[in-house]
Amino acid sequence: MSEKFDVIVVGAGPAGNAAAYTLAKAGVSVLQVERGETPGTKNVQGAILYAHALEDVIPDFRSRAPLERQVIEQRMWLMDEGQACTGVSYRDDGFAQTPGNRYTIIRARFDRWFSEEVEKAGAMVIKETTVTGLLKDKAGKVIGVKTERDGGEVHADAVILADGVNSLVGQRAGLRKDIKPEHAALAVKETLFLSKEIIDERFGVSGDQGVVIEIAGRITHGMVGTGFLYTNKDSIAIGIGCMLSDLSQHGITPYQLLEGMKRHPMVKPLIAGAEMKEYAAHLIPEGGYKAVPKLYGDGWMMVGDSAGLVNGVHREGSNLAMTSGRLAAQTLIELKDRGAKFDAKGLAAYKARLDDSYVMKDMKKYAAVPDFMHGNAHVLDAYPSLLNTAAREMLIVDGVDKRTKQKRILAQVREKRSLLGLMGDAYRFWRAFR
Amino acid sequence: MTDIRLPTINVEEKLFQNRYRVDADHAHIHIRDPATCGRCADKPCIVCCPAACWRLEDGKVDVVVDGCLECGTCRVVCAPGNVEWDYPRGGYGILFKFG
Repeated sequence: MSEKFDVIVVGAGPAGNAAAYTLAKAGVSVLQVERGETPGTKNVQGAILYAHALEDVIPDFRSRAPLERQVIEQRMWLMDEGQACTGVSYRDDGFAQTPGNRYTIIRARFDRWFSEEVEKAGAMVIKETTVTGLLKDKAGKVIGVKTERDGGEVHADAVILADGVNSLVGQRAGLRKDIKPEHAALAVKETLFLSKEIIDERFGVSGDQGVVIEIAGRITHGMVGTGFLYTNKDSIAIGIGCMLSDLSQHGITPYQLLEGMKRHPMVKPLIAGAEMKEYAAHLIPEGGYKAVPKLYGDGWMMVGDSAGLVNGVHREGSNLAMTSGRLAAQTLIELKDRGAKFDAKGLAAYKARLDDSYVMKDMKKYAAVPDFMHGNAHVLDAYPSLLNTAAREMLIVDGVDKRTKQKRILAQVREKRSLLGLMGDAYRFWRAFR
Repeated sequence: MTDIRLPTINVEEKLFQNRYRVDADHAHIHIRDPATCGRCADKPCIVCCPAACWRLEDGKVDVVVDGCLECGTCRVVCAPGNVEWDYPRGGYGILFKFG
């Protein structure tokens, strides 16, 4: 591989694929290097695809991409330990008549399709090859990548790092530090197969309609984290994630957490009789805005998970990944058109584009949330529990008058949280999420 | 009452469903200095690893990477930075069917 490219993209996840596709479509020469057997075999996500970010890259993706179900209903459950659960749901069958806003996908299939589109657009995609480092010139400008292959050095005018949450390439080149345990969530998930008819019946949907359930509360045993259950065509993705710093402190294994959630009486009947065909795990960068590393420099840019671009509050990541990949690519295309260099000064336009988009606006909005959650894990524990207690108290009709019941509920609240504690929680919550 | 507290799980049964191409002579995770593990009280690697690759063998921390899901957890939770963690060679390791 002595050839030189305009751009090398490291990694073929949503960020890397969006970047490589956008570049190739614009006639820029692109080499994309992926360590998996095929793109997708190293990648893990729940997975929800947010249409807007892909639509900006491939407008007619809906007729071609391997989508599972269009999400028409979102349930949010707050679980007590044991048997109780309080929930809200939003369902709109009207979603089915409009172009979908979000879909469930199976990442291994989706990423393979996306990568084929990248190749069709004209990029060269090398698989089963791990990038081991970056090449720099004497001035420190990134000028290519090293791979594990013999003679595997390839040169380019710019490198886009889309190498994922662990970003070993970025770390080893000194472009970013390793992710901290308090900034990383570990999610484990299983793919459980059931017939389409059974899924339709259990979730009250038909055709391509799908349901998403987000779960919080005592299922995470007082740790910061959430669970999820997504309907695919003929499978269910079920998973749970917690902050690594919490997991190590609590001494609870991730697979025990997942099994605990699967056994909750709200979940158990939904997955009964399903055949488990895969068990996966992945880190999610949840450090938020304050943990975002430097995103560009001479000859390089960082996109997606490697750049920590995840909106943990809204469970969004792959859309931020695709948008950042597209914006990085568009920055390079514009510089190339002007005959400008891919140096730090030119690539600063990538950061400006990100700042101007929902990506950084949302990251900034919730900048205080990771610190808030780190110090206030009890809000995910005590409040769902109190809510369930209150619901139980009010829903049992037993001749006790309602004011007495109200007093009992307040007594329980005060038992778990002092008045000052309550006010403090409310204030800090407001400060972090406003 | 349904017990959602800490069920005992045989994680090997879960891993058995996965597809791997094991790179027999190239483990991608190594312990830098076994003495550091000996001095570590918490051993978060053992608790946090989702594939139970990390375990105590005769009182010593040991890692067997065959079932590794390549998440990076062990490297991130190891406060002394005692985990040498690489990606497996291209094409080897976990091959997610669904991901």
